[in-house]
Parts: sequence; structure tokens; C-alpha cells
Amino acid sequence: MRGGWFRNGMLGLGLAFLYVPILSMIVFSFNNSRLVTVWDSPNSPTLRWYVRLLENDQLLGAAWISVKVAAMTATGAVILGTIAGLVLTRFGPFRGRAVLSAMTTAPLVMPEVITGIAMLLLFVSLEQLIGWPEGRGMLTITIAHITFAMAYVTVVIQSRLAGFDDALEEAALDLGARPATVFFRITLPLILPALVSGWLLAFTLSWDDVVISQFVAGPGSSTLPMEIFSRVRRGVSPDINALATIMVLIVATGVVLSTLYMKREEKRREREEQMARRDGN
Amino acid sequence: MNKALETLQAWFGKRLVIGVPYFWLLLFFAIPFLIVFKISFSWMQPIQPGYAPLFFWVEETQRFVATLNFSNYEVLLKDPLYLGTFLYSVKVAAISTVLCLLVGYPMAYAIARSPATTRNLFLMLIILPFWTSFLLRVYAWIGLLKTNGVINNSLLALGIIDQPLTLLYTDFAVYIGIVYSYLPFMILPLYSNLEKHDLTLLEAAADLGASPVKSFFRITLPLSMPGIVAGCLLVFIPAVGEYVIPSLLGRTDQLMIGTVLSAQFFGARNWPVASAVAIALLIMLLIPIMLFQRYQRRELEAARR
Repeated sequence: MRGGWFRNGMLGLGLAFLYVPILSMIVFSFNNSRLVTVWDSPNSPTLRWYVRLLENDQLLGAAWISVKVAAMTATGAVILGTIAGLVLTRFGPFRGRAVLSAMTTAPLVMPEVITGIAMLLLFVSLEQLIGWPEGRGMLTITIAHITFAMAYVTVVIQSRLAGFDDALEEAALDLGARPATVFFRITLPLILPALVSGWLLAFTLSWDDVVISQFVAGPGSSTLPMEIFSRVRRGVSPDINALATIMVLIVATGVVLSTLYMKREEKRREREEQMARRDGN
Repeated sequence: MNKALETLQAWFGKRLVIGVPYFWLLLFFAIPFLIVFKISFSWMQPIQPGYAPLFFWVEETQRFVATLNFSNYEVLLKDPLYLGTFLYSVKVAAISTVLCLLVGYPMAYAIARSPATTRNLFLMLIILPFWTSFLLRVYAWIGLLKTNGVINNSLLALGIIDQPLTLLYTDFAVYIGIVYSYLPFMILPLYSNLEKHDLTLLEAAADLGASPVKSFFRITLPLSMPGIVAGCLLVFIPAVGEYVIPSLLGRTDQLMIGTVLSAQFFGARNWPVASAVAIALLIMLLIPIMLFQRYQRRELEAARR
């Protein structure tokens, strides 16, 4: 087809643009030179920056805090986001629906500095008013992360719920099942793939966030991105390249595995649905 | 009797379910903005909590007295530094958004028109970098753009230039950083729009003698307007308040508004002025945010049908 080469060329260039910086970080993480971007061929490749990284207790401690915060955030955001998505797609019109809908889409585009300052001032005011939360740390970071991550989960759940009609739920209700039973026995299994991807998305958003964390963190609760940010601002350092390489590897493996798993599940579900239809006829 | 009880229970159950996310978002998303608004009228105070109270209980008159300080906003309007920063942020965000569209549109188009079997693979390749650390991806560009970085070293080795170019700490570096970080947000809405186009329209145009270029500009481009608007808003709005990218890659003589806000907050510890900056930024972005919300609502309603 005419013009096909142009399209594919643009796509190829775009993908190169996306991947060259990541590849260059991976390559230079094995470079012996302190000068990061000048290849020291006699002494490279080397694993010395990886060794240095594993000896860095400060970074490892921050990484552990980030994992904990991200796991709590993902769980909280999935619970709240699922309820919000369900309410917005299945509950029909109710008073204040527009406000809820606005509050779940605004965080998607809100500049992080605004969210950050707003959350911090809320925590400071609350502490003055009722003495909670006491100081700032992992708890305040988690609350702030849940608030913006749940918006993303709500969108994921909403589009999943919009993807299939509510005939099954209606049928179960007509047969006398209680709404809670319908939710746990029918709706939840149907949106399970969306719950999994919502959880992973919320985890990544939290794991990745630096701006909001910086506002609402307290002493001793530096997350990994905060540690990286303060190091990177002081200039490039080769152990950050090593850290990036490890993170890229973990993420790539995770994404590939979960995609394969979801594909298999989807196929299995389709097969089961087909069989159920055949049995029905 | 039993029926009435059930109805009552269902009514309360429904309220409760709606109430949970509602309460959370009101407390942690809506109310904080009111507090920022309030503190933007306050004075800086060296002791905790960093700002003076606005409302006093006056014993003699038995009344609450409010003292509002408008000087924070006066500073924003009168100090050319702030005005310049706001304009510069809008300029950087607008140029980056256009560049993002120019890079993202052909990519989204190519994916949408590629065979169905490879589409998912390409989409995954677009999203994959988004799952790795945003901060580290921006950091990677420092290594590429530095004076003795990968790009300069390659160009010098190839003999294309004989003096290293100044790439880092320029507007150009910020554009690259924003385009690079926000590209998936541009491509995904464009793709989901382009994928839905009815290709028989293009065939009809070709049969009637329209050139591919003409039918692109007369059919595909107008049809993809909703995707373009959504992608541009998803890039433009957060980019105006961007803080990490300009502070790692950007100029030091001209700051963006996100950097100024953070500097006021963490550096000068002037919370009231930082709050006023946040409110001004929010007001500026109100119309784009509302546009985005309208688009998002339409998308979800269209998906339901």
C-alpha cells in the first residue's frame, strides 16, 4: 500500500525515541567510568555499580518504604475506585452524581504541585483541629496517593463496566438475589481483569510519584523516587543507571507475564461463555 | 411491612455505597482546595503551622473577626517575575503539546491501521516505558543531552560538529522531556479514536477521485478531532504545572510555575504565597480541566451504548 512506508517509518522512529534513552541507561550501567557517558572500554563491562547499589542502605530502605506505600495505595485505591466506578455506571442518576464524576476525573489532569500543596495544607489543618494525623510520614503519603490513584482505577473500572450490559445483574436481582450477593457473585468476577490492571496501575502511580510525596512526606519517610530525585539533582551518578536497569527489568518481566496471563484468562472466559451458550441451546 | 423495610434498607445501603467514595474525595480532594484558598489570604508566620490564622474570636465584641490579606495576589499581579513565569509555563506547555501531537499522531495512526494481530504488541510497546520510573526516564535524557553526553559525543565522532552543542538546560531539553514523558497520554486517546473510523469513507473518497492526502485532511483529520482534543488536554494541563522535568533539564534563568511554587513552599517557606500561586494556576487551568471532564463523560457514555 502506498504511504505504508511513511507510516511504519514514523512508528519506528517514535519507538526508537521511546527506547533509546532507556537502552542507553542500561548500557552505561555496565560502564566502569565515573563519567557515566564516556565508555571506559578496557575496564568495562563491570558490575561495580550494582554492587555499590546493594551496599546502599539508604536507597534500599527508601525502596522498602515505597513498596509498602505502593501496596497499601493500590489496595485502597482499588477498593474506593471500584465502588466509585460502580456507583457512576450502575446506580443511575442520583443527587450529587455530577460532583462525584468531576471529583474522579479532575485528579487525572491536576498538576501534581497543586494536589501536593492542597494535601499538605489539609493534613496540617487537620492536625491543628483534631490532632490527626500526627505529623507526616507513610500514612499521609498513602492517603495522598490513594486519592489520586483511585481516579485512575475509577476510569478503568468504569470502562470495563460500560463494556458489558447489566442483563446478568438484572437477571440475578429478578431471581431474588440481594444486591450485595449480586455484586460479589456476578459483578466482581466479571470485572476481575480490570481490578488486577487497576491494582497494578495504582501501584505504579504510587511507586513512581515524587512531587506529591515530597509535599506530604515527613522526616524519615523518604520514598525511593524522593531519594533518586535528590541524588539526580546533584548530577548524574552511575549507580542510578544500575538502579534504572534493575527497575526496567522487573517492570518488563512483570508486564509481559501479566499480559500473557490476562490473554489466557480472556481466552478461557470466551471459551466458557461459548460452551455455556451451546449448553443453553 | 416487610417490603417497606426492604426498601428502606436498600435506600440506606445505596446511600452508604455512594457515601464511601464521596466522603473520601470530599475530605481529601475538594476540601483541601478550600484550605489552599483560605491560606492564600493569610500571612506568613515563622512558627508552626507557617501561616497566621484568618479568623479571631474577639472577646470584647463577642464576635468572630476575619482579617484577609490580599497582598499575596497583589504580588502575583504586580511582580513581573510571576507574570513572566506564568506566560513561560503556558508557552512551554503549548509548544510541547504541539510537538507531542506531531510525534504522536503518525504513531497512533500507524498502529490503528496496522494488522489487528500486531496492534496489541505496538500498544504494549508504547505503554511499557510508562510503567518504568518517570523520574529515571527524564534522568536518562541528562546523560544523552549533556555537553559530553551521548548525542554530542556521537556527533563529534561522526564529524558532523566540531564543537559540542549546548542541549541540556535549555527550552529544547524541556520540550524533549515533556514530549518523551507524556507521549503515551497523547497516543492512547488518538488511537482509540482512529481505530473506530469507518474506512469505507476513505474508499468512497478514493472512488470519487480524492487523493489520499486530500481525504486525510477532509475526512480522517476532522473525524479524529475528539481524540486530538483529549490527547492535547491530557498533555497540556499537567505540563503547565510540571516541576520535575524543568528542574532536571530546564533553564536556570527562567523558571516554570511549578518550580516557583515549590521554591516558595520549600525554600522560602512562604506558604501563603505558594497557596496564592496554586490558586492562580488552578484558575488558569479551570477551562481546560472542564473541557477534559466533558470529553471524559462523553467517552464513557459512548462506550455504554
